[in-house]
Amino acid sequence: MDWLTTFPHLNDDALRALKKAIDGGFRDFTRAYGEAIETMFEPVRWFLIYSERFMTNTPWPLILLLVAVLVWLASRSWKITLGSIATLLAIGFFDMWDDTMKTIAMTFVCTLLAIVIGIPIGIGMSRSNRLQSIVNPILDVMQTMPSFVYLIPVVMLLGIGKVPGLLAVVIYAIPPIIRLTNLGIRLVDKDVLEAADAFGSSNWQRLKDVQMPLALPTIMAGINQTIMMALAMVVVASMIGVQGLGQPVLKAIANQYFTLGMFNGLAIVGIAIIFDRASQAYGKRLQRHLEVVHG
Amino acid sequence: MVEQHTGIGISIRNLYKIFGTNPEDYIDAVRGGMTKAELNDKHNHVLGLKDINIEMPEGGIQVVMGLSGSGKSTLIRHINRLIDPTAGEVIVGDEDVVKMNESELREFRRRKTAMVFQKFALLPHRTVLENAVYGLQIQGIARKEQEEQARRWISRVGLDGFEDNYPNQLSGGMQQRVGLARALTNDAPILLMDEAFSALDPLIRMDMQTVLLDLQKEIRKTVVFITHDLDEALRLGDRIAILRDGEVVQQGTKQEIVLRPADEYISSFVREVNRGRVITVDMVMAPLSGEPQGMPIKQGTVLEVAAKKMTDTNVSMAHVTDKTGKPVGALDIHDVISAMVTPVDHETADTEAAVA
Repeated sequence: MDWLTTFPHLNDDALRALKKAIDGGFRDFTRAYGEAIETMFEPVRWFLIYSERFMTNTPWPLILLLVAVLVWLASRSWKITLGSIATLLAIGFFDMWDDTMKTIAMTFVCTLLAIVIGIPIGIGMSRSNRLQSIVNPILDVMQTMPSFVYLIPVVMLLGIGKVPGLLAVVIYAIPPIIRLTNLGIRLVDKDVLEAADAFGSSNWQRLKDVQMPLALPTIMAGINQTIMMALAMVVVASMIGVQGLGQPVLKAIANQYFTLGMFNGLAIVGIAIIFDRASQAYGKRLQRHLEVVHG
Repeated sequence: MVEQHTGIGISIRNLYKIFGTNPEDYIDAVRGGMTKAELNDKHNHVLGLKDINIEMPEGGIQVVMGLSGSGKSTLIRHINRLIDPTAGEVIVGDEDVVKMNESELREFRRRKTAMVFQKFALLPHRTVLENAVYGLQIQGIARKEQEEQARRWISRVGLDGFEDNYPNQLSGGMQQRVGLARALTNDAPILLMDEAFSALDPLIRMDMQTVLLDLQKEIRKTVVFITHDLDEALRLGDRIAILRDGEVVQQGTKQEIVLRPADEYISSFVREVNRGRVITVDMVMAPLSGEPQGMPIKQGTVLEVAAKKMTDTNVSMAHVTDKTGKPVGALDIHDVISAMVTPVDHETADTEAAVA
């Protein structure tokens, strides 16, 4: 009756051999193609370094002004703009300016990458039920797999540094933009699509003039989610060498520095709120035409 | 001002539409006489349209009337092939729409047809002007010309000053004016109107019918108008086809339908119609014998107007004249009145008597 109390499992030797074989296979793959893959990511690395330099080397008043202008353009709200300036001033006052700039640069590059990759995938899914049924489970895995687990192969392939960190963040943050692009396009009113067809739209015209503009508010919600998730990954990514606000937090965890952890944590919250309010306000402005209803 | 394209004729021949997974498998059975119910019960396919033959002359308003589920919206979508037929031909001008490939069809939809929808189907994120230019934009016409045309038609349907409003800021009637302006700006010879006024309040609907009739005098397009409302059909239609369960039960001019309903289904519709406003003197006049008597009444005058004229002048006989003023028939006030009040049944008046 032994098999009732202990789950019948693969014997230890076989299991060990299996793990060894997979690890060995992956290691060989890494040795053979690691460098090639690294060169493939070279443009991304360059872009990331350039953004980081721009954020840290530009005098802080200019950055402050730039952020204020961008937030104003997105939200058209004095409250949000002034709140953003106050948050950044507080961050600088507590000597976290450089780390914050690095984190913003990282988040910006990750979000941009997620948008550039995610929106076309989302569009593809909205046009093909088969693609949707293939991509959806992959997104489920990406969202539920603990991020530490996929850090392992990424680090094996690319080592420690900015690019593997960026990859980890993009994998974690891309699902919402893909899902919401797909959903947004699928939710577009069938009557309006029929009208587009009746007037002889080509597929591209239909996508550009009807589907994308009408899905845009939903897509903006996806972008907002993606930004939030990218920020949440900053601490995890710092474990594999991404600089920014995550590094001091990691140090604080290791050494039980309560205040250091708290300050940097709050700085992440601060920039998260700036990103969130600005992008949400922008999304809302896109829907303005829906709000003015005939009395 | 750019000359508008006037209509081209449409002829629908032996058109069948079966909805389901394998429609081709049942087309022969349906041609052989399988009924809609049988097809549905035994094979789980729905017979949408059965052997439709309609000739729509160019430059006229063809109304297709039927209750919901009669297949009228399916039929109109075959003209620009938003729905593919199972069998049959849709000849527009000299081309068969059914045989077009994808790019020919797109070109056909761009240049030859424009459509107005029951639920308006405007682009909510675009202003009235941006909506109106939509068709021309797709055709790739220069922006200046797009706006010129659009502004002209926006003004023509009575939306001056609303060019920069969003559809959501407008009432239903005004939104449908935008829909109409969008279709007219496209300057296509065929105008497809799918229950275009059904979603509007009765007064607004009358108003829009007037707008359409006024416009049609000038543009002379081939209009296909779908409706479930007989009054609307009689007001707008040069010709009317009545659809029931996917089949044409009767087609003809409005007078033919009112005077000679083909079956009980149609007479039940026609019974409530104000006949004096539909039937013209041509239908009740007697052949001219001897000298024309009484006052002249023009051909095409409806009975209500003729009766009013005759009673006002207190005469019991009149004569009907053609366009040139030549007498073509004699009119007796008794015939006029009896044609206005006689309830017409397709067989006898027995059922009427029983009801009374």
